[in-house]
Amino acid sequence: MVAETVIDIEQLSKSYGSHRAVDSLSLQIRRGEIFGLLGPNGAGKSTTILMLLGLSEPDGGRINVLGMNPTRRPIEVKRRVGYLPDDVGFYEDWTGLENLQLTARLNGIGEKEARERAMRLLGEVGLKDAAHKKAGTYSRGMRQRLGLADVLIKQPEIIILDEPTLGIDPKGIDELLALIYGLSREQGLTVLLSSHQLHQVQQICDRVGLFVKGKLLAEGNLEALTRQLLTDTPIVITAEVDRADQQLLDRLAELEQVRDVQSGAEDPDAVLPSSSRVLLQIGCSEDCSDAIARMIVSSGVSLYNLQRKQYGLDEIYRRYFAGGEEHGSKRSKKAAK
Amino acid sequence: MEASVLKRRLNKWRNAVSERLPDGLRKFAGSLSDRDRFDKSNSNPAAFRVLVRKEIADHVRSWRFILLLAIIFLTCVASLYTALNSLQDAIKSEDGYSDFVILKLFTISDGTLPSFIGFIGFLGPLLGIGLGFDAVNSERNKGTLSRIMAQPIHRDDLLNAKFTASLFIIGFMFLALGLLVLSLGLLIVGLPPSFEELLRILAFLVVTVFYIGFWLNLSILFSVRFRQPATSALAGIAVWLFFSFFYDMILNLLSSALVRNNQASTVDDMLNHVNLMLGLSRISPYTLFNEATSTLLMPTVRNLGPLTTEQAYGAIDSPLPFGQSLLLVWPQVTGLIALTLVCFAISYVMFLRQEIRGRS
Repeated sequence: MVAETVIDIEQLSKSYGSHRAVDSLSLQIRRGEIFGLLGPNGAGKSTTILMLLGLSEPDGGRINVLGMNPTRRPIEVKRRVGYLPDDVGFYEDWTGLENLQLTARLNGIGEKEARERAMRLLGEVGLKDAAHKKAGTYSRGMRQRLGLADVLIKQPEIIILDEPTLGIDPKGIDELLALIYGLSREQGLTVLLSSHQLHQVQQICDRVGLFVKGKLLAEGNLEALTRQLLTDTPIVITAEVDRADQQLLDRLAELEQVRDVQSGAEDPDAVLPSSSRVLLQIGCSEDCSDAIARMIVSSGVSLYNLQRKQYGLDEIYRRYFAGGEEHGSKRSKKAAK
Repeated sequence: MEASVLKRRLNKWRNAVSERLPDGLRKFAGSLSDRDRFDKSNSNPAAFRVLVRKEIADHVRSWRFILLLAIIFLTCVASLYTALNSLQDAIKSEDGYSDFVILKLFTISDGTLPSFIGFIGFLGPLLGIGLGFDAVNSERNKGTLSRIMAQPIHRDDLLNAKFTASLFIIGFMFLALGLLVLSLGLLIVGLPPSFEELLRILAFLVVTVFYIGFWLNLSILFSVRFRQPATSALAGIAVWLFFSFFYDMILNLLSSALVRNNQASTVDDMLNHVNLMLGLSRISPYTLFNEATSTLLMPTVRNLGPLTTEQAYGAIDSPLPFGQSLLLVWPQVTGLIALTLVCFAISYVMFLRQEIRGRS
């Protein structure tokens, strides 16, 4: 059974001056899914989220959240969608409980019920002992967990978390993600979370969308992402041989799956060979280490080492996220002006 | 015990009645809870109330408010002291308004310290600026603004709530202070205020609240515009100092420059000149407030502009009744309210157009 689409974005665009923050983005998220919006800083993730909640107006395109247009009916959308902003803040002189109660009251929940729900949620996120402490004394991780309780108190159908793992230690991240995962599965919540921490977030996401410079480059689970993004050379095989003449290189290049062959240590990660040995870098579309080994051995060359390297997360990360930093700093400079 | 039993019985009756009512009528019977109303409409009536309560609680708990309250309270005591010192002379002098002893408590001083209205005119803006300068930008910097905005409330609810809460506090405070001065004066002087005096004092307090409301709105405007609370506080204080000290000086300079240019002046020219200067000085809320309050508290003030001998001829030398005084300052009060509304409108439009994201 295919679940209904709860968030439907089509050709969404938004510009700040000449800078295109979101560029014809199309995305569908189904009920009960955990979707990870991944991208470097300044990729347009937060802008997209703001438009989903009607807090920012799109320049073009169409958004549909739970069958409503958030630009026209923001109140109804915000009633059913919980949003945890990036680096959430609380009234620091108020206790965690009071902060939650305020949110509940703003959602039209009566005083008594607000207190009950707040206490229950504080228990669920593991802050029961800190309920009566001032929010100003909370640690970063506790603040994020309080934020999660704050989002859940209105009993939303969709929760949108903007960089929920930012600035928490690895153990805290694992706990928070486990909490999000558990809650989503228990209550059938749809979760949209944005992050630039590909490694951590992909553990709990059903699907991931890679978002760079306002464009969605690829979406799907990790394998699909790899297939879509690294179509040119997904696998690199490094062979350490004692000599490499042109004939060997040509014969290797003739193999069906081989895309290109290079000799010499191009890859800085590769182990440096001792002086008499040569490193061959063979880019392949599929794993064909066996054919390569057979080829090298049959042409009378000694093979010392054969290493297969599959491009995965790290490579995706390096290729697409590295460009974002420079981009991000440009924007922050603009903002500083 | 008794009360809870009654309450339970009342609730039972109410439920029984509302069950028998048709759907259309049930709405009017008040059986809809906040939650029902909330679910059924696109607006959120409870949110505004909740926000106002939150703001008032925040203000009252804050150190800033206690400090401001202490300053205002001390100055009031001081001005009352000087007023009582010179009250004896003031009553003896035949200025035609010795009947209004209680009003004099607010307006006279022995020269060492300003009078009550002088203090209020000067320090009131500080109170307004103090309560409003970080209304929006501190929430933005703390990251609470985007969290509140993600709740199902309209954006203007927040701004309205902030304004209403601060104005409520100011109104409450000045009503208390005014009545306190009145009652202390009553205790010390021993003369009860007449009904007219009471009306004049209440009108004075209302005008004061409008005046401080203007400064409150101006500082809220700055808090929407400037990201740093310090910047918006400084901007507010700069405007305050400008109108309290420098505006009159600049007007004097301008006035002397204009007079020097046309040597041969007729009465009409003179009159025009004075009127122009008066008009310019009335741009300042400080002038508006001074004119309005001194007219309200001094019944002998009959006119706020230039008066020719012709016009004064035949006038009866007696204090104005309250209604006439009020009529005289009506333009000033309208001007103050208009200034307040202009500030509010600008901050409203600015806030609605701003993008709220994270802590930026």
